Amino acid sequence: MPNRFSGHSITCFRGERFVFEALDFSVESGEALVLTGPNGSGKSSLIRIMAGLLAAVDGRLEWNGESVSQTPEDHHARLHYVGYQDAIKPVMTVRENLAFWAGLRGAPNGVAGALRIVGLGGIAEMPAQFLSSGQRRRLSLARIVASTAEVWLLDEPTVGLDRNAIGILESLIAEHRAGGGMAVLATHQPIALGGDERRLDISRFAARRQIFDDVEVGQ
Amino acid sequence: MIRTMRLLVARDLRLALRQGSDAAMVIAFFVITVTLFPLGVGPEPNVLARIAAGVVWVTALLATMLSLDRLFQSDYEDGSTDLLILSPIPLELVVLAKVLAHWMLTGLPLILTAPILAALMNMPSGGYPVLILSMFLATPTLSLIGSVGAALALGARRGGVLISLLVLPLYIPVLIFAVGAVDASITGLTPRPHLLLLGAVLAAALPLAPWAAAAALRHSLR
Repeated sequence: MPNRFSGHSITCFRGERFVFEALDFSVESGEALVLTGPNGSGKSSLIRIMAGLLAAVDGRLEWNGESVSQTPEDHHARLHYVGYQDAIKPVMTVRENLAFWAGLRGAPNGVAGALRIVGLGGIAEMPAQFLSSGQRRRLSLARIVASTAEVWLLDEPTVGLDRNAIGILESLIAEHRAGGGMAVLATHQPIALGGDERRLDISRFAARRQIFDDVEVGQ
Repeated sequence: MIRTMRLLVARDLRLALRQGSDAAMVIAFFVITVTLFPLGVGPEPNVLARIAAGVVWVTALLATMLSLDRLFQSDYEDGSTDLLILSPIPLELVVLAKVLAHWMLTGLPLILTAPILAALMNMPSGGYPVLILSMFLATPTLSLIGSVGAALALGARRGGVLISLLVLPLYIPVLIFAVGAVDASITGLTPRPHLLLLGAVLAAALPLAPWAAAAALRHSLR
């Protein structure tokens, strides 16, 4: 039976304003969900809410119909999060950086293979401080290859990647979905996901309520 | 779970040793500050012997505090905190592992240096065993309490100053009982009640501090 990850009437409040409200989403095993919307519409916030890094002021996340807030560790164990920050330590080598995150998730053996897949196999012993921004991004993606997780939450995964690396990412997502995984992406750049992906335009849920509506400047 | 915590400790130790500054800086601060006292107070042996325990302990507190702002800061800046929160073990244990690494990098070197500095301050010989014992009981508490302050100060400007304002008042009980223990043993009284109280503070901080620091870490990302 396919698993189902869903959110119901989620409302996000950040920096003194409501970002979006009453947002519903749903992803099932084998599916991909692409979040679209202009800058500031809350794509990154929604992904962080999905990961449990950010608390929604209203609404709930469900896994197969059961609330995930009761068992946060189970939820964390089944997801991979790639944010705009790379979490790379410059004084450790490429391999050591990846080995730590893979080891933390109990998969220390996938490191060499993952580096080869993202095209960093040849510089595994190089200190990470010499990586270019595209290579740092590849190392972030190696993290989701090295250990398995059912849900991939990717926030702007293609930023800084060359055409070749985007191709690698596309095939990784296709493989992940074929194996029963699900992927959520926030991205502006075109990425080929097979054409059967769901799309969610967050700006449709832009919040209309404001809390400081009536305050006049200067009083 | 134990394996994961060992991985975390090993990573923090490796990072600290490669960057090479923190532990050495703490010890250098400890040594230099203690040597300032004979210069400032004057080289009268009896005066120095009287204030030895207090000087060594106050300086150890300050040295520990100096190292606290790096405890979570670099992970916070490069996004590692997100991934640590998302790791399959509870964040409280992640914090505990980081505190253990911090203690190995600051507390242990302080314990090793303290007897030498106490000798410099002409501390009576009866005080040494209790000095070392009190440091073994109290330096883990310093790292634990400090982790709460370090987590709370994340994202604040001038975080280092904020940490000292948050943490130093909480260090006062540790200072009182630790110096009390050493002074008691020098004057021939039993240091036992002081040491038991130090142990009690450690026993309370061990579960409470990681819990509080983890809550502060989660909040820092909001």
